[in-house]
Amino acid sequence: MFTGRAVFHCFVPPFYGRLLGRQLIEIGYYSLPVVGLTAIFTGMVLALQSYTGFARFNAEGAIASVVVLSITRELAPVLAGLMVSGRIGAAMAAEIGTMSVTEQIDALTTLSTNPFKYLVAPRLIAGVLMLPVLVLVADIIGVFGGYLVSIYKLGFNPTVYLERTWDILEPLDVISGLVKAAVFGFLISLMGCYHGYHSRGGAQGVGAATTNAVVSASVLILAFNYMITELFFAI
Amino acid sequence: MANPIPKIEISELHKGFGQKTVLDGLNLEIAEGESVVVIGGSGTGKSVLLKNILGLLTPENGSIKVDGEETVGMSWPDRETVLNKIGMLFQNAALFDSLSVWENVAFGLIEGGGMKRNEAREIAVAKLSDVGLAPDIGKLSPAELSGGMRKRVGLARAIATEPEIIFFDEPTTGLDPIMGDVINDLIVERVKQLGATALSITHDMASARKIADRIAMIYKGKIIWAGRVDEIDDSGNEFVDQFIHGRAEGPIQMDVRAG
Repeated sequence: MFTGRAVFHCFVPPFYGRLLGRQLIEIGYYSLPVVGLTAIFTGMVLALQSYTGFARFNAEGAIASVVVLSITRELAPVLAGLMVSGRIGAAMAAEIGTMSVTEQIDALTTLSTNPFKYLVAPRLIAGVLMLPVLVLVADIIGVFGGYLVSIYKLGFNPTVYLERTWDILEPLDVISGLVKAAVFGFLISLMGCYHGYHSRGGAQGVGAATTNAVVSASVLILAFNYMITELFFAI
Repeated sequence: MANPIPKIEISELHKGFGQKTVLDGLNLEIAEGESVVVIGGSGTGKSVLLKNILGLLTPENGSIKVDGEETVGMSWPDRETVLNKIGMLFQNAALFDSLSVWENVAFGLIEGGGMKRNEAREIAVAKLSDVGLAPDIGKLSPAELSGGMRKRVGLARAIATEPEIIFFDEPTTGLDPIMGDVINDLIVERVKQLGATALSITHDMASARKIADRIAMIYKGKIIWAGRVDEIDDSGNEFVDQFIHGRAEGPIQMDVRAG
């Protein structure tokens, strides 16, 4: 019911452009460092671990393919989703939860402002729009991380590595990751808003809402990741 | 000639939470331009009454009419029209932390009324002045204000849209007696200036005597006595007598254990 109301108010005016802009910056711009760092280290580790395994079968040449496919199809969306869930989902639950227990949401209503339109809709829209952007950035940085390790530590030829990366990559690899990201962005914002909106009982209630938002969003991300992967697997 | 239709008319209002009945067939009428204060102990349903009128809670039974129009079960667009007539001062002011003081005061004008920010800012500064706050205060964040200042800002926000009806939820709770009296004076002045109808809930008898034309006492979810403010000392009601004199002994037995 909460989800239905939240989605409905994303499409029905009035729209709060200022609040949407603020959320776009909060979710997108301010999450760039954490997502970027996660991506670069993941790409670097992936190259090293792939080398350890593939060297046993003399298949080191497949490292570039493994790095780019793992990053774009799986690791960038899931890890970015989990990191943003910890950063943004928790912040949303804490902010809306505090507003709930201090009667600020009631005050919104008495000032003829629908809390779903004012608080929930901008966060949902921003989550759905910004997660794919973050994941696209994570794709590039993650592949770059694998490239750095492969070239400077493992001694690969840069041109050959880039060629293999580019040859194996298909549009669907990136698109499937971006679709996952949009769904994860929706889930993160929804869980943050839902648990914040329903928090009760002062500081303890807000703390519980924050924990529940992060845990439920993380579990949903992993579950939906499997479902979306299976969906694309069939294509 | 006085308007024969009460500004607010509440009939047989029932509301409970789980097994606990909070409002048990409450009846109350408030005439246009009248200031009614509902008194009663903690947990007797005062705040629940206000939240039902505002539509923040939905009653199980009963009727709430504003200007003769039934509000129970109203859809959001109609509710919005009713809420546009109402201003509310919350117990802890409920100021929006993410907005500056002036943006809080102007919120109803900008978001509810679609007014331009510059125009709304001028009105907000004027309303802050009406409650005795300097224009500089408008730039501050609510976190930087004292309890008394927060109440004043809450009052400025409640009157900013010049509503026909204003609700006051425990307006003096948490304030020292002098600041409490300042807030009471401001409430009386601003309500008179607007010609608004006021409904306040409090357990502070000094506040009730100052701001009320009429006082109603709520006990176990019902209005057990209502009369003019000058009649309360001779109400002849032992529940009212016990409450206004703050006596532990009497017919009202306070629950000392939760539940």
